[in-house]
Parts: sequence; C-alpha cells; structure tokens
Amino acid sequence: MTILLQALLNGIMNGTLIAVPAIGFTAIFAVLRFPNFAIAAYATIGAFAAWWVNVHLGAGVLPALIVAFAVAGFAGVAAEETALKGLRGSGALTVAIGSIALNVVLENIIRLYFGNDLRGYDLPIVPDWRFLGLRVGPQQLQSLMIAVAIMAAMFAFLRFTKFGKAMRAVADNADLARLKGIDPAKVALLTVFLGAGLAGTGGVLIGLDASIDPMLGYRVLLTVFAAAVLGGLGSIQGAVAGALLIGIAEECALLVIPPTYRSAVGFIAILLVLTLRPRGIFGERAA
Amino acid sequence: MLAYFIFALTIGGIYALLALSLNLIWGGVGLVNLGLVGFFAIGAYVSAILTGAGMPILVGWGAAIIIGAIAGFVVTLATTRLRDDYLAIVTLGLAEVIRLVALNERWLTNGSDGISGIQAPLKSVLGNQGFNLFYMGLVSLVVLVVWALLRRIDMSPYGRAMKAIREDQELAAFAGKNVLSFKVQAFALSAAIAGLAGALYAHFQSYISPDHFQPLITIYIFLAVASGGVGRPAGGVLGAYLVVFFLELTRFVPNLLPDFAPAQFAAIREIMIGTALLLVLHFKPQGLLPERIIPAPKP
Repeated sequence: MTILLQALLNGIMNGTLIAVPAIGFTAIFAVLRFPNFAIAAYATIGAFAAWWVNVHLGAGVLPALIVAFAVAGFAGVAAEETALKGLRGSGALTVAIGSIALNVVLENIIRLYFGNDLRGYDLPIVPDWRFLGLRVGPQQLQSLMIAVAIMAAMFAFLRFTKFGKAMRAVADNADLARLKGIDPAKVALLTVFLGAGLAGTGGVLIGLDASIDPMLGYRVLLTVFAAAVLGGLGSIQGAVAGALLIGIAEECALLVIPPTYRSAVGFIAILLVLTLRPRGIFGERAA
Repeated sequence: MLAYFIFALTIGGIYALLALSLNLIWGGVGLVNLGLVGFFAIGAYVSAILTGAGMPILVGWGAAIIIGAIAGFVVTLATTRLRDDYLAIVTLGLAEVIRLVALNERWLTNGSDGISGIQAPLKSVLGNQGFNLFYMGLVSLVVLVVWALLRRIDMSPYGRAMKAIREDQELAAFAGKNVLSFKVQAFALSAAIAGLAGALYAHFQSYISPDHFQPLITIYIFLAVASGGVGRPAGGVLGAYLVVFFLELTRFVPNLLPDFAPAQFAAIREIMIGTALLLVLHFKPQGLLPERIIPAPKP
C-alpha cells in the first residue's frame, strides 16, 4: 500500500514537472498547428542558461528560472523567425520536419560549447522528509510548487489578459480572429516566446532533480508529446491532465516492469488512449 | 583509397534504400516516419538473430522484409483514425521502444554489447577485398531493383491514387479511393524496404549494436529525400549518395582543425546536417530532381 502511495506521489510530482513543457508544446500547436520538435532544444537551452547563472553568478532557483524562461523564450523567437517562419506556407508537415532539423542544430550548438558531460546545479543538499512512511525531497516539493505557480500564472494570463484572449481566439479560429482585428503574426510570436520559455523553465525543473546534459530535452520529448497527445493536442488543460496521467502511469508501471523501459510507458499510453479515444481526453476537433 | 570508395558506395546504397522507403510514404501518401531507424534496426536484428541461429542468409533477409512489413502494418493500423501528426509522434516513440528492447533484452539481442560475427555471404570464398566488391555490387543491384519497382508504382494508377491522397485525402476518398488501405499498404511496403536495408547493413558490417541505430540516421535520410526530390524515387537515391559523400567528406575536417575535441566535431557535423536540411526546405523544396507531374490529358 505504501509502495503504491509512494508511486502515486512520485508520479504526481514528475507529472507536474512534465506539464510545464507540455503546456508550451501544446500552446504552440494550438496557434501554429504543427508539432514543434524544437521544444526539446528549448528545454535544454533553458536548463543550461539557468545552470550558467546558478554556477557562475550564484543565482538562486527563482532568478535562475526567470533567466531560463527569458533565454529560452528569446532563443525560440529567434529560431522561429529565422528557421521556421518561412516554411509555414509549405504545410504543417514541412514545418514539423524543419523543427526537427532546427532541434538538431540547437542541441549541437549546446554540445559544442558545453560538451557531453553531466552537470549539476549548485544547490544545498537537504535530507528527504518522511511522513506516514512516504518519502519526499524538499527540492522536489519546491519544484512542484513552482510548477503549480507557473501553471496558475499561465491560466490567468490566458483567461484575463488581452494577449491571452487573443491567443485563445487564434487557436479557436484563426480566420475569425483576423476579422476581429487580431494580428496573427503578433500572436504567433508571443505564443512561441511563451511556449519556448515554458519549455525552458520545464527543462530547469527536470534538471534540478538530477543533472543536465545536452540530451536533456530530447530524453523528455517523448513524455512531453505523450502528455500533450493524451490530453488532446492544442488543449492546455489537456496537457496538464495528460502530464499527470503519464507521470502516474510511469511510476506505477515501474512497479511491475524494469526501470529501463520507463520511456516506453509514454508510447504505450499514447497507443492505448488513441485507439480508444483518438482526440485525447480534452480533445478539440479531430479534423 | 579504392577500398574506402567501395565502402562508401555500399553504405550509400543502404542509405538509398532507406531514402526509397521514406520517399514512398512521404512523397507517396504524405505521411512521415520519424522512426525509420527503428525499422532499419528491426531488419538488421531479425536477420542477425535468425542467421545466428543457423538459418540461411536469404531466409534472414526474407524474414527482415516480412517482420519489417508487419511492424509497419501494426503501427499504421493502431493510429489509423488519427491525424498524420499523431502518426509522426507514434513512429518516433516506436523507434525509442525498439532501441530500448535492443538495449535491454540481452537474451535476444545481447544488449549494448551487440551481436558480432554476423555471417558475411561468400566472404570465405571471395576474400576480404572480393567480398567488399561483391557486396557493393549486390547492394547496388538491390537499389536498382527496388528503385525500378517504386518507379513502376509511381507511374501506375496506384501511384497516382497515392499522390491524390497526399494532395487531398478527402477528395481522394470522395473519388472512391480507400484512403486507409492505401496508407497502410504504403507504410507496410516502406517499412519492409527499411527492414531489407537493415538486413543488408547487418551482413555487411558483421557487427551490430544499439549504437548503430541512432535517431540521427533518420535525419540523414530526411535530408537525402528532401535534397534529392520528394515524390521521385530517383531523387531519394541521388540524395542518399550525396549525403553519404558529404558525411564521408566531413571525416577529413579534423585534420584541418586540430584544436577541437572529437565530440565537438560530431557536434559541428550535426549542425551542418541540420542546417543543410533547413536550407533545402527553404530554398529548394522541390529538390535536385523535382517530381514529374504528368499533365492531365486534353479533352
């Protein structure tokens, strides 16, 4: 029983962290209508930017996260404008393939400067807390709260600000939004900034748990995809629900399968859910 | 130097088969397979395991083709009701699962140590040099046969129906084409070709391990097909040889820049590959050998 509860707890914590980049991915999909594989590189860029200010300037977790958000966001906008924007006319498939190429380029720029070594954030080591036979690290709990705060901020942004409403409008019906005087180019730019920034902060939160290296983003890419697909591509609430589900499914599956197959769980979950409910949990139109 | 040239041509031929495989679905029905390397690995492992168990090489190759096709069939069938971007994500996941199986099921694949001593056909008769030459000829012949077959499909009513689906699947369905069955067949045939390429690769290298099947190979093949010309079999073949030529050329770069570490060279090479793919998509999306579109007959 305790083992199951512990798995559930770990799953919720991992899922919450995955939800942050998953929101970024699904938001970009909602507005630009293509799966952006470069989200992996944005997560890695954020993780390394935070690592740099943490180790070289002694920044704490919160300032490092803000730096990660900004650096990944701007990197995302710069990459989108130079490498992907020109492909939009050729269809979603071409942009998606372009984003894979972009991801290879960005990931290897990181590798060129930082090498393949594992790096850890410079943070005090604190013992785990124990209660009712369960174990939880204060660092994990802090990451969890930060992730929840980021999600709350994102929901508030989408619900109450002008830009947030414009984003939802474009996602819902781009033509109608344009008729209402919303500039789709501006909304696209802002969405990419937010999406890449969220991926960047997600990269830090995932890296805080263990270590970072240039493959960090690529390793979680499948899980992020799985979360977004499970929840229904383009749905923000869906991405959160999907991420929690994937997180819990991974931890519970590890009770019966060897841990080396962890990343296969996401794939199996996608196959299962899509066979039963092709649109995902909160899926929008399937067309 | 000659031996090196023969080696490059053989690898070029194997990449050409992968390019033909990708072109069939990308240029045909407009699907992409981001897990191409997974099907490549399936073919290599199936043939290596079966011939290792004493089966003749031709049985290994045949099995690689059949198991490849079955894997392709299962993947598309599981995602049939989905949009194509979902399929792309699922194929990426499949390649990862195949890599995990190859890495962890030691009883079957010998894990990260890989399988060595894979039979090289006629090597004992022909000697090292002769085998390499023979194998290059064999791979080139297979490329030629597969190319001719796909070109035949490309020109046939079946090929035209596929391209109609690529352009507008609702319209194709409205015209009475069974879109689903075309997609599944094309994907299975494509996966079978990738499996064959894997089998040819395994018996050429005589050693395979999960490290041989990096996701980057999929990117190389995308670059090959995009630069050669999506939708035209000859384009993919040309693109594959060009990509291998480029990759082999970059081997000499370390001699020019001795200050960099090997990991940095690998990074620079991959940056170049990624940039090349982006440049092709931007400035030459039709590729070197653009697709030939037969004009509709005049009434």
